[in-house]
Amino acid sequence: MTEPNIIGGLAGGALIGCASLLMLLLLGRITGISGILGGVINWNGASDWSWRSAFILGLVAGAAIYTIVVGPLPIDMQAQGPALVLAGLLVGIGTRLGSGCTSGHGVCGIARRSPRSIAATGTFMLVAIVTVFVTRHLLS
Amino acid sequence: MKQTFAALVSGIVFGLGLAISEMINPTRVIGFLDITGDWDFTLMLVMGGALVVTLIGFPLITRRSHPVFAEKFHLPTRNDIDASLLGGAALFGIGWGIAGLCPGPAIAGLASLSPSIFLFVAAMIVGQLIGGKLQGVIARQAH
Repeated sequence: MTEPNIIGGLAGGALIGCASLLMLLLLGRITGISGILGGVINWNGASDWSWRSAFILGLVAGAAIYTIVVGPLPIDMQAQGPALVLAGLLVGIGTRLGSGCTSGHGVCGIARRSPRSIAATGTFMLVAIVTVFVTRHLLS
Repeated sequence: MKQTFAALVSGIVFGLGLAISEMINPTRVIGFLDITGDWDFTLMLVMGGALVVTLIGFPLITRRSHPVFAEKFHLPTRNDIDASLLGGAALFGIGWGIAGLCPGPAIAGLASLSPSIFLFVAAMIVGQLIGGKLQGVIARQAH
């Protein structure tokens, strides 16, 4: 397994926090990526489509800038084929029904001390830990 | 226009944060979730680093009467913990545990042009559409 990335983790985390502050300060919005994406997909002529798609585009652009300045993105896949598709479907369905993901519930919701976000974050963290234990240790 | 530009800049900062913290890497995420394996605590540092900023910054910002480029704050108001919230979070947790990808890193990871990431994001979008339909069904049954 990889050594923990202490500097990168703290610095990257602070940037994620700053991006969330910017969204709240400038647009008055919570930075929930599943929710922002959901608004882009369900386009119904609403005026908020342009800032939502701009944020999504920015995410990709930020990672692209990293590629130009630092080097190739560190991505080593853990699932392939049908397992990857199943995971994607579950992430999509779950974040929709659960009204959020790691950013909206985990970073912004906890900062707002929202009981719903604290409950959701505890649930998805615990279930993900159990899932990893079952798939990596019991089944393999 | 100002809102769109501000969101673009925020997205770029967020995407850079995901790349620098390596949360864009499923192996880092699985390494954190695998507590009985060789535990990689990077994800905890990322959430900690982000939360230090948001825990201090959010209360200062919401003291303002309104955001800089909008008339009012759009903050969630619900406080009830219902089955949809917990069930959805659990389904998300299963998917996250299988692939080590959540929505932010998956979207930012598109910059790698990796076909696997495109496949995951496509499935995630289909999942969101299915989730939207399910929400409609749940709402109809509740009334």
